[in-house]
Amino acid sequence: MTQFAPILSALRRHRLATALIALEIALACAVLCNACFLIVGQLRALHIESGVTESSLAVINLGCDGCKGADLNARVTTALRAVPGVQSVAVVNAVPFAQPAGYAGINLDHEHFIAVPHFYAGGPGAVETLGLQLVAGRAFQPEDFQTAELWLPQNASVWITRAFAERLWPGQDPLGKEFFSDQYHFRVVGVMAHLAPPDPGGGHGDSAGEWSVFVPVNPGGSLNGVYALRANPADLARVLREARAAAQKAAPEAVLDLQQSRTVPELRTDFFRQTRIMVGTLAGVIVALLLVTALGIVGLASFWVQQRRKQIGIRRAIGATRGDILHYFQAENFLIVTVGIAIGMVLTFALNLVLMKFYEVPRLPVYYLPVGALVLWGLGQLAVLAPALRASQVPPMVAARSV
Amino acid sequence: MFGYYLDLALRSLGRNKVLTALMVLAIAVGIGASMTTLTVVHLLSGDPLPGRSQAIFYPQVDADPKNKDSSEPLDMLDYRSALDLWSAKRADRQVMLVQSQVRLNTADAGKPAVMMPMLSATADFFSMFNVPFRYGGPWSEQDDASRARVAVITDDLNQKLFAGENSVGRVLRLRNSDVRIVGVLKPWRPSPQFYAVRGGRFAAGDTSDFYAKPEDVITPFFTGLDVNDGNFQQFTCWQMPPHPGHLQDSPCVWVAFWVQINDANRVAAYRRFVADYAAQQQAIGRFTHSGNTRMRSLMGWLDFNGVLPSNVRLQAWLAVAFLAICLVNMIGLLLAKFLRRSGEIGLRRALGASRAAVFAQYMVESGLIGLIGGVCGWLLTMAGLWFIRQQPVAYADLARLDVPMFLLTFVAAIGASLLAGALPAVRACRVVPAWQLKSL
Repeated sequence: MTQFAPILSALRRHRLATALIALEIALACAVLCNACFLIVGQLRALHIESGVTESSLAVINLGCDGCKGADLNARVTTALRAVPGVQSVAVVNAVPFAQPAGYAGINLDHEHFIAVPHFYAGGPGAVETLGLQLVAGRAFQPEDFQTAELWLPQNASVWITRAFAERLWPGQDPLGKEFFSDQYHFRVVGVMAHLAPPDPGGGHGDSAGEWSVFVPVNPGGSLNGVYALRANPADLARVLREARAAAQKAAPEAVLDLQQSRTVPELRTDFFRQTRIMVGTLAGVIVALLLVTALGIVGLASFWVQQRRKQIGIRRAIGATRGDILHYFQAENFLIVTVGIAIGMVLTFALNLVLMKFYEVPRLPVYYLPVGALVLWGLGQLAVLAPALRASQVPPMVAARSV
Repeated sequence: MFGYYLDLALRSLGRNKVLTALMVLAIAVGIGASMTTLTVVHLLSGDPLPGRSQAIFYPQVDADPKNKDSSEPLDMLDYRSALDLWSAKRADRQVMLVQSQVRLNTADAGKPAVMMPMLSATADFFSMFNVPFRYGGPWSEQDDASRARVAVITDDLNQKLFAGENSVGRVLRLRNSDVRIVGVLKPWRPSPQFYAVRGGRFAAGDTSDFYAKPEDVITPFFTGLDVNDGNFQQFTCWQMPPHPGHLQDSPCVWVAFWVQINDANRVAAYRRFVADYAAQQQAIGRFTHSGNTRMRSLMGWLDFNGVLPSNVRLQAWLAVAFLAICLVNMIGLLLAKFLRRSGEIGLRRALGASRAAVFAQYMVESGLIGLIGGVCGWLLTMAGLWFIRQQPVAYADLARLDVPMFLLTFVAAIGASLLAGALPAVRACRVVPAWQLKSL
């Protein structure tokens, strides 16, 4: 500790410059920790599990005004199955990252509205085509598939996601349980590992965004126009190209929605484009911030070294080694950065509180602080190294020269 | 004197090029980042109808039987309520509008049909929202009543279909109906697309779609309901609609209703009229409650919907925080730079320069750094806005620097560097001449 005493008394004569560096470190600490935290949140959203085998999945979306659903489905699925490379085709109402088909509020008792899940509907073969993973309960039987004229069948046996089961019946076995939406009645017969709604994080459900219901429905009636195709991932782009042409040929009166008729990996990339831009922006801010802070430290440290050349010379003349001088500046930097971090921690939590209030950001985990502190200490030491080395090169003769 | 200080400042900046470059860079990057994000905020939060917006209101009544007097009414109106309020004609102007996706078959065969958004509105839409025409004009109230097969198209669609010629009198095939074009708009790009704003409180901050372009085809309200029957989307329903897509008799809200009331004294009267209407509907048993009617002004409605996307706001805050750090950094560097010249300052003071003169000299130097930083910052802002224009967001085409923001760039750059320079300059002018002269 004895080595800190002269540093402190020297800093006392440079209160303003010391305070400036500390303040800069404090601000950097606050922005750094919170920006990192935001990045982690965005990355978590980016890596959401959709629950379908994305890499081998593509969608064809036809808008057909005045078509008979069953007739359209029959023509289009036949045409799509004929496309070389297509492993299976199923009629669905939506797939993850495409246009949502139907959110609806549900209740458990005909009265108290409890959540707004997304209702997926799919015909026979949809489970296999999408690649849904059942973790509990039973597979769909042929009699589970009913025709829906308006929206969904009135009484349906459905699968729900594990996350949604946990929301509806925390800690209980969801199999056999029932829920309602308006006059529609649903009975849970299966639990899926994952199935993200088409627009995860889009204001429905929790941040994990996995409140989905899968309803078996006979194609035709209200279920028409959206077709999921499964093909070899390496082949998918070509298959989609040919499938688009085949669908248009099979149903010339329908309008092919080019925006929505894509491979699921493409749809996913598009869906998260904004999020990736945000991550890029935040990362850019962090890098620029660290750079500016480091340059500030270099600038001020250089100034101090120059200002104290004579004192350094005297110390060297009366026996201090180069190492002593180097360590002096390193210790000085460590001390200032530590003060900055201490203030920065308070600022970090203040900023986090503001973000929590206005942006629905969760509370910052405490372990960000020691990590942030380590980064800033490292940055400070790195920045001060060059000026400190220059200081250690000051020859003892300087002391003699100008006295 | 200013010229002399400028000369001194230039020499001083030239003496230590690295340090100067660092400071200019810090200011430029800070200004570039803040001005890019602030420009976006400025463009997205402006008044879409300057001079008119305070006279535009969005009346709401609540037909949802599940709601109570304490709940916020639904964001749109059911057909019956909208029609009643519109037919009463109690405001200076009133418009009902609804959007839907419609199939547009181009007359010349060969091109496939496309789905495109269509706006169906009553005749006051154009006069009420100051919509500019290039050719022709709006339809009449008669056309509304007679469900005339007419339409107005935007400049964009006119360029696409008719190469920008006067297409009034030409025919568009919307789904299975022919409509005659009666007007072509001039380029019209309200920001946000205010008449279609709703549901912002359910968007979790992702409101960039409020900045979409206006629909390319605009038809009279009732004409649209006929032509595109079966393709209308509800905002929400409290029960399943019996005929999805045909919502006139459904338990759903799906119609937007706007009124213009020019005389501020009559606003309260209209507010009362809306409340009375709800009470009367409750009396005849159509509403279960009538105490939660609303009538927000246009800007109030935009505020209520939080139209500014939350990531735009967050980026702006980040950029400003970044600028603050750049400024603290600059204070430190300027301090180092000025005090390094203590000897020179001492000499000037000894030769008779006043403290104010020394202070002024260093402020000029700071301002000069700000000016150079401002120029670089302006270039960075242009680059940043270019980058935003490349993004697939609805407001991308809006991201351009206007004159006020251009000026603000320089004011902010010079102001920020003067602010940063003030403290070091004060320190510099307090240098004691005798000490410095002794050590020369």
